[in-house]
Amino acid sequence: MSDIKLAPAPPGVTGSGFFATTLDKAVGLARANSLWPLPFATSCCGIEFMATMGATYDLARFGAERPSFSPRQSDMLMVMGTIAKKMGPVLKQVYVQMAEPRWVIAVGACASSGGIFDTYSVLQGIDEVIPVDVYVPGCPPRPEAILDGVMRLQDIVRSESVRRRDTDEYKALLESYGIYKHG
Amino acid sequence: MAKLDHETLLGSLHQQFGDKINKLEGAFGLLTIETSKDTIIEVLRYLKMAPELQFIYLTDITAVHYPTHDLSMAVVYHVHSLVNQTRIRIKVFLDGMKPEIPSATVLWAGANWMERETYDFFGVIFTGHPDLRRILNVDDMDVFPMRKEYPLEDPNRVDKKDFFFGR
Repeated sequence: MSDIKLAPAPPGVTGSGFFATTLDKAVGLARANSLWPLPFATSCCGIEFMATMGATYDLARFGAERPSFSPRQSDMLMVMGTIAKKMGPVLKQVYVQMAEPRWVIAVGACASSGGIFDTYSVLQGIDEVIPVDVYVPGCPPRPEAILDGVMRLQDIVRSESVRRRDTDEYKALLESYGIYKHG
Repeated sequence: MAKLDHETLLGSLHQQFGDKINKLEGAFGLLTIETSKDTIIEVLRYLKMAPELQFIYLTDITAVHYPTHDLSMAVVYHVHSLVNQTRIRIKVFLDGMKPEIPSATVLWAGANWMERETYDFFGVIFTGHPDLRRILNVDDMDVFPMRKEYPLEDPNRVDKKDFFFGR
């Protein structure tokens, strides 16, 4: 008997030869277990992320097998490290290039709040330029903390409505960051 | 070739420029002189071109802000004579309200980025510079952050108070 655990099925109605659930839950299940990460690493948190991707901690266990180094094929932007104000527009452009649905994790104190760099050249948290879903504290956070952040994001993704990205609230959120959707 | 000693170097400069240069207190065995913005290019040109000196290498240009001084902005040049194994530091004190000084790009092309950096952080205007704009900070920054009137941290922030960290 294998001890591999499969992701639990969402709540639904089950019977002989059928299983019924809502589309939201089925899509959420699929999305949450196949998040493709885009690492945006600028300093020491990126080194912790390398350990997280490696064999010991193995982020691939959570469906993030394929780190994408193109924003166009990724779902989960992981910002790890100090973002200088000059890097802000670059980060925003990377975010805008990602296809919907997209999520953002701010890993570590610097990405979350500027960290110890309370100074003229450093962005005081990436949420000044792009919306953030999960913040991972730590300076730098251990791989366990980064994994926990990914799992918290999976919770968010699993419960997200398939129509959330079409709502006026979501549009208003993006517009508050100066990002306008076309079409 | 023998190392050029401070007396010979200072004597040579005094002979050329008279009282337009002054010796300042130097640190770490580094000869430090002061001159004015009217003579700085000629002093640098002499140091570079004089056959017995040959200060051909411009190590750095930067500035220091002394908010309590009358002439509150000091532009500092470090030049190095590779053949004579000697360095010299030259300071020029400027009016902090209107810090303007001729550009050294006429002597060293490498002065270009050093002067842009000094402009970026201190707001010193190098007249005659071919392209004086910010080099490291974001283009839309409206302050000169290394001046001492610029606060180190934003005093109005509340999200990083010690209270939130249990201190």
